[in-house]
Amino acid sequence: MGITATGHSEPATSGERIVRVGCPAHNCGGRCLLVAHVQGGRIVRLGTDDRPGDTLADPQLRACTRGRAYLRRQYHPDRLMYPLKRVGRRGAGEFERISWDEALDLVAGQMRRVKETYGNSALFVPYGTGSYSQLNGSVVARRLMNLFGGCLGIYNSYSWAAINVATPYVYGTLETGNQRQDWLNSKYILMWGWNPAEMRDGTNSELFVRRAREAGARTVCVDPRMSPTAVALADEWIPIRPGTDTAMMSAMAYVMLTEGLHDAGFVRTHCVGFDASQMPPGCVGEESYSDYILGARDGVPKTPDWAEPITAVPRATIARIAREYATTKPAVLYQGYGMQRRAYGEQVVRAGCVLAAITGNVGIHGGWASGLANQPDGGCAWYVFPTGENPVPASIPVFLWSEAVLHGKGMGAEHGVIGTERLDNDIKFIYAIATNCLVNQHADINRSVEILRDETKVEFLVVQDQFLTSTARYADVILPACTQFETWGVEDGWKYGEEVLLMPKVVEPPGETKSDYRICAEIAERLGFGGEYTEGRDERGWVDWCLDSYRRTRFPDLPSLDAFEASNAGVHSKPVTAPAVAFEDFRRDPEKHPLDTPSGKIEIFSARLFEMRRPDEIPAVPKYVQEWESPFGPEAARFPLQVIGHHTLHRVHSTHDNNDWLEEAFPQRAFINPLDAEARGITDGDEVRVWNTRGATVLRCRVTLRVMPGVVDIPEGAWWAPDEHGVDRAGSINVLTSHRWTPLAFGTAQHTAMAQVEKA
Amino acid sequence: MAASRYAFFFDAASCSGCKACQAACKDKHDLPVGLLWRRVYELVGGRWDREGEAWVPDVFAFNLSLACNHCDAPICAEVCPTGSMRRRDDGIVLVDPETCIGCRYCAWACPYGAPQFDDVSGRMTKCTFCADHLDLGLPPACVAACPMRALEFGERSELEERHGPSPGFFPLPDPALTKPGLAIVPHRDARRAGPRTAAVANREEVGR
Repeated sequence: MGITATGHSEPATSGERIVRVGCPAHNCGGRCLLVAHVQGGRIVRLGTDDRPGDTLADPQLRACTRGRAYLRRQYHPDRLMYPLKRVGRRGAGEFERISWDEALDLVAGQMRRVKETYGNSALFVPYGTGSYSQLNGSVVARRLMNLFGGCLGIYNSYSWAAINVATPYVYGTLETGNQRQDWLNSKYILMWGWNPAEMRDGTNSELFVRRAREAGARTVCVDPRMSPTAVALADEWIPIRPGTDTAMMSAMAYVMLTEGLHDAGFVRTHCVGFDASQMPPGCVGEESYSDYILGARDGVPKTPDWAEPITAVPRATIARIAREYATTKPAVLYQGYGMQRRAYGEQVVRAGCVLAAITGNVGIHGGWASGLANQPDGGCAWYVFPTGENPVPASIPVFLWSEAVLHGKGMGAEHGVIGTERLDNDIKFIYAIATNCLVNQHADINRSVEILRDETKVEFLVVQDQFLTSTARYADVILPACTQFETWGVEDGWKYGEEVLLMPKVVEPPGETKSDYRICAEIAERLGFGGEYTEGRDERGWVDWCLDSYRRTRFPDLPSLDAFEASNAGVHSKPVTAPAVAFEDFRRDPEKHPLDTPSGKIEIFSARLFEMRRPDEIPAVPKYVQEWESPFGPEAARFPLQVIGHHTLHRVHSTHDNNDWLEEAFPQRAFINPLDAEARGITDGDEVRVWNTRGATVLRCRVTLRVMPGVVDIPEGAWWAPDEHGVDRAGSINVLTSHRWTPLAFGTAQHTAMAQVEKA
Repeated sequence: MAASRYAFFFDAASCSGCKACQAACKDKHDLPVGLLWRRVYELVGGRWDREGEAWVPDVFAFNLSLACNHCDAPICAEVCPTGSMRRRDDGIVLVDPETCIGCRYCAWACPYGAPQFDDVSGRMTKCTFCADHLDLGLPPACVAACPMRALEFGERSELEERHGPSPGFFPLPDPALTKPGLAIVPHRDARRAGPRTAAVANREEVGR
């Protein structure tokens, strides 16, 4: 048999040019390789990674359905082709075509005016990942602002706010993950709220879990929804009531403690705060983790009996999973990110880390410390393009931009402001580049658009994008950006980072579109620092610069740009034959290799959190805290269903919403359990109205056993489409979500929302 | 050396239903919305029970990625009144758009939903096994696409030798009917699926 799946290469037909190119970078969690077939200046077909071999150490980077359907976005008739200026009231969606000169003069003029009137700290570039390569998206606007004297900064992200902040309180670092090939050394993999088969948490993560199972690992998936991961990768699925994961984790700890299943030796030598014998200085006599779990202070032992009515997981199941995880070693407890985008998201992150620690699964092959799990050597570089230093020292958490518009001046640490005591300005000018976070992806859309509509607050709003998104509808000026196939870019593997993907310009930008970089360079020119902005480089020149940076760090063998381009390889990878393990040194000798925590050890009890003196919301040991909207609160009487919004393969957040092949594959639906549907007279396919005090959305439903009772699941990212009554008709979940942020990380808690569902 | 008889292999145990195969097929063959030469069926069954204050699922789900199985006894060819549906020597079943009259008999006869009517051309269309790729020694687009490596192709006997014999299971028709070129590893829950216990949950996504 001469034909196998390996050793092949995409054929070019006559008159065709083939370009291997990194899949346009959005914030999907994958970084994959496409093979673009170009005929007559147009991409006609997109293959995927065709490198021979496809080994465990260096697997092919096969694109998902979104990458393979990309041409429906690339050649969509609604692409923005020329600059637009608002003519109606803000948000009415009425625009007229203007020239580039007029558009750029307007933007540069407004930047100058706002700077002169208020100062640089009134300028703002929001979080955005709609284009997310080193040369595309918000990075190029940050460089522009920084050379202009700076703008109000941001820190953290929508995706990982709580996990970014909470992980270091336990471990002193975000680098808590082993390299993924190491999962093949695991005997037990607990995928907690983690769905790599759908959200692509690193290209090939789902494949590595598959291989780990084949190597003998038992796999369990804890999720309110029977996700694609639960179907394809799990031996067992355990549905859990959203927002109660920490209760189940605490009850698991109870079983371990009372049955002596925890690794007492490791806890003694590597942790602090487990029990009264190892409390940090100044906290002796305070409530230890064991005290909390056993109920020594609050009189409530965190037994499986206690957890069952909270989590809806049977007590026997909780106890069994506790025993399995504690005794089947080495084991992985991989924490997904959805459950930390919730009311007390910091707690579940710390609770998972503590389970990994007290079972001794830290610093060993086949184990996993939990937490954010960046790679031991830092993993991917995230940002390489030189944005420069921001001369404005103040930064806000990304999620609080709406507060900085409403009442920025005077905002301080109580709103997570860093770099200054108090902000000296409200946000007055926004340059929104490759982002739908001002409207569609931010919490509480009806509140957000109310804020944006007021032209005395944000005085000028520039949106730079490829489509008239929900956010772009609120722009004063829209600048049409080209896609990532139409300019140069470069990216490295997302989170895990074992490859560099070249993104050569494949086709010319259509209409009057320009690259994000070119647009910013032309604004810089108008502001008088064009030369400083470009340093004489075009997009390809900056890719060369970025390759140098990669070469100096993780990829010393990276070829020159000319050679990389000439090879048409598209990818330069670093095969992983000996997967690295986080905390190996610390495990071996905690005195010689202390962690970067105050105690140098794993902090089950955090003295720093204790000092904050907010034990109800920020306890010193991880605790289950009932959410501010919950099935157990008075709000449940009117709004009895919990709303979650999974990451669908229809979209990358809101990108691709208008892709018809993806709508065909994964139509936007409200997923609801048959028991909840029957109780409301709803049948499969009905139009339903999902609503709460913040808003309403009408969409068709899918009645499915794959969502647990009490939960309605509306995949995030559909483009908000209000009717004349303000009711969304697109299934845009953020008309239902709350802008209240998490207590420690000031992160989004958008998944904490209650609603009612009725037949529309 | 070309295989004498091409078949697909599908590992239903590992399929997540991500539809990269479907998108790759549509890209390769420029298929408009509505034409799904490869499509993914989601089978779901079971029930929920209340035990104390817990919710206990007895729920199962699995996916079936199906294209044309290029059967040994292609009933589509049997019923075609114009002889437009033909099986090549290598087993690939193709429709000749020059002689097809779009009568849809093949679509009605095929138990897998493989032949599909193109509203624009008024002709039947179907999976070609990416015959042009095979002629060049390359895999079909769907096989090369699968992120989970759950799709393969080759000679059926060889695929079954590698992966074990292929049982028939719901909702697939009795293989004796058309002798499909489809080797398959069932999901563990396939044994629970039957006409009264499971249903295609994503009917609107698979069309026709």
